[in-house]
Amino acid sequence: MNLSAGIAFQVLQSVFVVLAAPLLMGWVNQCRAWLQNRTAPSVLLPYWTLAKLFHKDAVIARDASPLFRLTPYVLFGCMWLAAGIVPVLATGLPFAPAADIIALVGVFALARVFSALAAMDIGTSFGGLGARREMLIGFLAEPAMLMTLFTAAFISGSTQLTTIVDTLAHRAFAIYPSLAFAGAAFLMVLLAENARIPIDNPTTHLELTMVHEAMILEYSARHLALIEWAVAIKLFAYMTIGIALFMPWGIAAAGDWSALPLAIAALLAKLALAGAALALLETLLAKLRLFLAPEFLSAAFLLAVLGMLTHFLVQA
Amino acid sequence: MSLANQIVNLLAALLLLIAFAMLSQRRILTLIKLLAWQGGALAASTAIVAYSTGQPHLYFSAGLTVALKVGLIPWVLHRLIDRLNVRWDIETLINIPATMLIGIGLVIFAFALATPISQMASVFTRSTLGIALASVLLSFLMMIVRRKAVPQVIGFLAMENGLFFAATSATYGMPLVVELGVALDVLVGTFIFGIFFFHIREQFDSLDIRHMEKLKQD
Repeated sequence: MNLSAGIAFQVLQSVFVVLAAPLLMGWVNQCRAWLQNRTAPSVLLPYWTLAKLFHKDAVIARDASPLFRLTPYVLFGCMWLAAGIVPVLATGLPFAPAADIIALVGVFALARVFSALAAMDIGTSFGGLGARREMLIGFLAEPAMLMTLFTAAFISGSTQLTTIVDTLAHRAFAIYPSLAFAGAAFLMVLLAENARIPIDNPTTHLELTMVHEAMILEYSARHLALIEWAVAIKLFAYMTIGIALFMPWGIAAAGDWSALPLAIAALLAKLALAGAALALLETLLAKLRLFLAPEFLSAAFLLAVLGMLTHFLVQA
Repeated sequence: MSLANQIVNLLAALLLLIAFAMLSQRRILTLIKLLAWQGGALAASTAIVAYSTGQPHLYFSAGLTVALKVGLIPWVLHRLIDRLNVRWDIETLINIPATMLIGIGLVIFAFALATPISQMASVFTRSTLGIALASVLLSFLMMIVRRKAVPQVIGFLAMENGLFFAATSATYGMPLVVELGVALDVLVGTFIFGIFFFHIREQFDSLDIRHMEKLKQD
């Protein structure tokens, strides 16, 4: 692989993720509306919302510090960086060695810390409440996420996501009970980290039950647009991590232009399926009480640890 | 690794998962359903071992498992909790996340214990011995942390499932006579427990085991 082709792939993937992320959000919302017998909004609605928000004038609280203004850009940057590291379309990207799975979790943690700080910066009660809840969920979800990734890392013998995907995509067919455990744990972490039901309701208007929404109540216009966009990219990144770990078939190698159409088609099909499954899950489940969130996430941690132990014992 | 081996490993993992699900379960009805599922997974893995090793007596024990542990015992338990009218949520001595963490510790202990044994064994299911041991220990834990009599009995039955699985994975099952005897014992045990439940409730107006400790003080 020559460097220029690799860079072209990297740029292509990064731009693709940023542009496609709101579409995924729109698709999930549409599926959920169908499942709940509502008239579905257009798939393109998130784009219109972003365009509308970018054209408005921002209102910022008088007591806001520079941190408050900076945070939306940090969030967006973190998510974009994560989207560049995860092998979405191709493995072996030039960006990939910049961070392994541990650093990737760190990037998500950085975004979380900034959004919590910004939420407390204004000093409103809902901001502080949301930030505390977010940190509670975050510190429980992170170990589960790491354990899940470690299981896949043990199977392939590397913590580089691109190596893991390469190994898993090109192995002979085998049933891995450990990966089944890790997959279930990853799904639970995905729901918690992306503020979906059962941990948080992304469409709630009731401040007392909010987690993520409570943190961004004070944002408006372009800042809010960037945060919403970052949320969409985060969901996209998590889904593609899941796809990369548990169903990596069809992914291209960087520089291989002939494999690219298949990789894009496979990715879109898998994302459509995953988005519909997420909508179905959200329709079937009810939001948990906040105090049951630790139980939910400790179950995720348990599954991830069981997956790792099973890998050691049965070597599969 | 052969396909049969992979499926047995998968079923073993499922067995472990069900053991943890039972440990974290708050409702008795779901607990009984999980027990039936555990029996089903056990029967399936026994049947696969029977198929791949060509030992006909294992088919009998798989059939026996389906009849007893998927059919009869869950039905008896259903009848029992209907008659006793005990559909309440289960009380635990330790909260559930802590129980799960202890469970993880037990699994690590069981795996460490089983690794040297399974390295000596020559049967192809040897790697599942650790999981069998772990599910026995987890059922033990469940009996310890539950306060009411019915979940404790379910824990006991789950422990028997774990032992059965250990026998299948370590030595391709016990002789048929032993298996028949054990199955009958479990069945009789369930009935006797059923009678005990009524006696306990008659005596103490509750199935809470703590009340039985008061006898010592009187």
